[in-house]
Amino acid sequence: MFLRKILMASLLLCGATITVAQESRFGTPATQADIDKRFWSTFPDGENLPDGQGTAMLGKPLFEEQCTICHGTPEARGENDVLFGGHGTIGTDKALATVGSYWPYATTVFNYIRKAMPYTAPMSMTNSEYYSITAYLLYENGIIGEGDVINKETLPDVKMPNAGNFIMAYPEVPEEYSIQK
Amino acid sequence: MTEKNKTLVVDPLDQAAGNGLMSRRLFLNSAIAGGATLATAGNAFAQEAVVGEGQEEWTLMPGDDLPEYGDVSRYEKGRVKRFVAPPPGLATASLSGRTPLHLLHGTITPSGLHFEVTHHGIPDIDPDRHEMVIHGMVKKPFKWNVEQLENYPTVSRQYFLECSGNTRVNWADPKPDQNFMYMTHGLVSGSEWTGVPLSTLLDECGVSPDAKWIIAEGADSGSLARSIPIDKALDDTMVAIYQNGERLRPSQGYPMRILNPGFEGNVSIKWVRSLYVTDKPVMSRFETSKYTDKLHDGKSLQFSLEMDVKSVITRPSNALSLEKRGMYEITGLAWSGRGKIAKVEVSADGGRTWAEAMLEGPIQSKMLTRFRIPWMWEGRPAILQSRAIDEFGRVQPSRKELLAARGRQAYYHYHAIHSWSINARGAVRHVFA
Repeated sequence: MFLRKILMASLLLCGATITVAQESRFGTPATQADIDKRFWSTFPDGENLPDGQGTAMLGKPLFEEQCTICHGTPEARGENDVLFGGHGTIGTDKALATVGSYWPYATTVFNYIRKAMPYTAPMSMTNSEYYSITAYLLYENGIIGEGDVINKETLPDVKMPNAGNFIMAYPEVPEEYSIQK
Repeated sequence: MTEKNKTLVVDPLDQAAGNGLMSRRLFLNSAIAGGATLATAGNAFAQEAVVGEGQEEWTLMPGDDLPEYGDVSRYEKGRVKRFVAPPPGLATASLSGRTPLHLLHGTITPSGLHFEVTHHGIPDIDPDRHEMVIHGMVKKPFKWNVEQLENYPTVSRQYFLECSGNTRVNWADPKPDQNFMYMTHGLVSGSEWTGVPLSTLLDECGVSPDAKWIIAEGADSGSLARSIPIDKALDDTMVAIYQNGERLRPSQGYPMRILNPGFEGNVSIKWVRSLYVTDKPVMSRFETSKYTDKLHDGKSLQFSLEMDVKSVITRPSNALSLEKRGMYEITGLAWSGRGKIAKVEVSADGGRTWAEAMLEGPIQSKMLTRFRIPWMWEGRPAILQSRAIDEFGRVQPSRKELLAARGRQAYYHYHAIHSWSINARGAVRHVFA
C-alpha cells in the first residue's frame, strides 16, 4: 500500500515535468526517408533545392535530346507549351505566357521539370541535368548568361521579368478587380 | 386543327415575368393533365387468348441474374457519356473529361460521369504501397495508409467540384461557342464525399501556430502540388477516401485525395502523398504559370481559390431544342464556392424582366442546387438566362460586367450569366446577351 502510494506520487511528478507526447490514434510516425520519398516541392527562397549544378551550355544538348520533340526550339514552336519568347505580350490580346514572359519564380521551373519531365519518363535525369535544362531555358529567355552556374545557391537569386505582377486574391479579390461592388 | 393553330391560353395571374415565365406556384397547384390512351379490348368471348397476349417479351419471362456490380441499361450505353478531349499535344494523356450536364437530373453526378482534369494521366496506385505523410512545421510527423484512415470517424458531405477553367472559352472567343453545353460547362459536378477531416490529422501532428500554408503533393507522374491556406485546411478540408458511397475511382484520386469544398478543383490534390506544413506557398507551376487569371493591365490574380457564384440553364440548352409550342420546365444548376445559393432568377427576355425560380432542397453549402421554373413557350423568339445569388448577397455578373472588370485574357474563373437564344422554330443557340 505504501509502495503503491510512492509509485503514484512519482508517476504524478513525472507527468508534471514532461510535455504531452504528440500521438496519432492510427497513424505511424514518419521517418525522414518517408518524407524525402514523397516531398518534391522546392521554394522560391531555395528551401529543399538539392545539390548539383548546371549551365545553359550543358543544358542545350539535353534540351534538344529530351524536350524539343514536344516544346520546339527558341526559333520554332512545338506542339506543347511554348517555353520561349512572348516578352511584353502579357496584358495584350496576344498574350503568350512562357517561362520568360510569365513565370514569376525560377525555382518553379526547376521544381516542375525535375518532378514531371520528360513527360513520358519523369524523374529520369540527374539533379545536375535538371539544373542545366533550367539554365538553358533561362538563358534562351534572356534572363541569365550562357555560362552562369545554376545551383541551389544561385537559382533563388534569379530575377524573373514578370515576378512583380501577381496579385494575391485570397481570401478576396482586390476591390479594383472585384465584380461584387 | 393542327397543334400550331391552337390558341394557347395563359392566365395572366400565373405570369411571373415577360415572355411566358410562369409562377413557381404552378408546380404546386396544377395537376398535370395526362391522358392514357385506351387500348382496344380483344374479343375474349369468341376465342379466349392467354392473358399475356400483347405484353412485351421481358414481362413474359424471368429476367437476368443479378450482376455483382450494376451497370446502366444497354439502351443507354454510349448515349450518356462524358466528352473526353483528345490529348492537347504530343505524348500527353487526355486532359479533361466533361460531365453531360444537359442529360442529367438532380444534383449528384454519377461517379463515372464526374468531370476530371488530369495533367499527367491517371496513376494505377496499389493501396498497399501508398501512404500520405504530414510533416514540416509540426511537433511530430505521421503517415497513414488508407486502411489506417478507415479507422477514424468519417464525415460525409455533398460538395460540387469545378475546374476554374470551366466556361473559359467565353473570355476570349469573339463569337459565342456553339459546342454542346458539356464542352462549355461540363467541368463541374456534384458528389457525396466521405473522408477524415484534415484538421483531425493535423491536430494529431501538432501544428505550429506560425503555420500559414500546407503544400499538398500527389503521387501522379507530375507530383502535382498546390498550396492550401491553413485557415481552409483547419476548416472544412477533408482527406476523402469515398465518393458516392464507394471507394474513390482511380480518376478521382484513389486511394486518397484532398477535397477543398468550394475551391477551384486543381487545389483538391488527387492521389495525395505529402502534406507539408509551412509558412509560405510553394509557388508551384499550377499556381503561377497556370491557374492564375491574367488581367487587362498586365497583372494577374493569384490564389483566386474560391469559386464564384454561378448558374446555367441545362434544359433547354443548345443540345436540346424545343419541338413544339407549349409548357416547358426550365431547369438548371446554381452553385457558390462560399456557401449556399439563396436565390436564382430566370429571364426569358434577355434580362429585361426576371422571375424567381423554385430551388429544390435541401440547399447545401458549396453544393450544386437545382432550380426550376415553368415556362409557356408560344413560338416567339426568346433569350433564356439564369442569375444566381448566394447567401452573402453575391450576384452572378453579366458578361459585360465581368469583362469590364477583368478583360478577356483571364482564362480562369469565368462565371458570367449564360444566355440561350431560342428562335421561332425552337432551335437553341448560345449567344452573348
